[in-house]
Amino acid sequence: MSDTLGMVFIGIGLFFDFVGCLGLVRLPNVYNRLQAATKCVTLGTCSILFGVFLSMGFVAAGIKALLCIVFLVLTAPVSAHAIARGSHRSGIRLTEKSVTDAYAEDDEGEA
Amino acid sequence: MMRFLRWFLGFVVLGGLIALIIARPAPAIFYPDLPHTGFVVRALYILLLAGALCMYRIIFGPTAADRIVAIDIIGILIVGFCAIVSIATNRTWYVDVGIAWALQSFISTLALSKHLEGKGFDE
Repeated sequence: MSDTLGMVFIGIGLFFDFVGCLGLVRLPNVYNRLQAATKCVTLGTCSILFGVFLSMGFVAAGIKALLCIVFLVLTAPVSAHAIARGSHRSGIRLTEKSVTDAYAEDDEGEA
Repeated sequence: MMRFLRWFLGFVVLGGLIALIIARPAPAIFYPDLPHTGFVVRALYILLLAGALCMYRIIFGPTAADRIVAIDIIGILIVGFCAIVSIATNRTWYVDVGIAWALQSFISTLALSKHLEGKGFDE
């Protein structure tokens, strides 16, 4: 029973992973790609790891999978934030359709 | 018209690949006596397809930031890949490989984004 439930969670995670990578290919700009890919792939991989935990049960590898979920949730937003900050500082523009650029306004306010 | 044609072509290619992965009988590359081995092998193929999309962005990305984003994403995908391999082969140390890969991917992404910002690695 918990084996089948784990496979269902792995299937949900695969769907999110694939849609995230599709967004990485299709979207027009660095920031859009970053948002789509990071959110979807983090959630999908966490779902895959939770499915692996459900299918293994409370053994050492299952607890390590839970630990890996915690680690991914802590580190993936930090790295995405660092990439966004670095690409904005290195002068990559937003698309023409974007309406506001709050980070540039903050920089002007500080300087 | 050209845009619609490209959209339709990509839809047909990706949908055809996924239908091929799902409909084709899974080859027994791992131990076939474990339960759910067909599903697990198909899951590995779908993750490989997602990694191939990331490789497209790494190769043809217009700027360096696109390539760094794709490298970060492919590092997170490999963690899930290692977890699925660990239940496909019943060898539990693949989860440890996934944890170590997540750590290295995080550190390398931070270093690459620092470099993109135009600073040295020691700041």
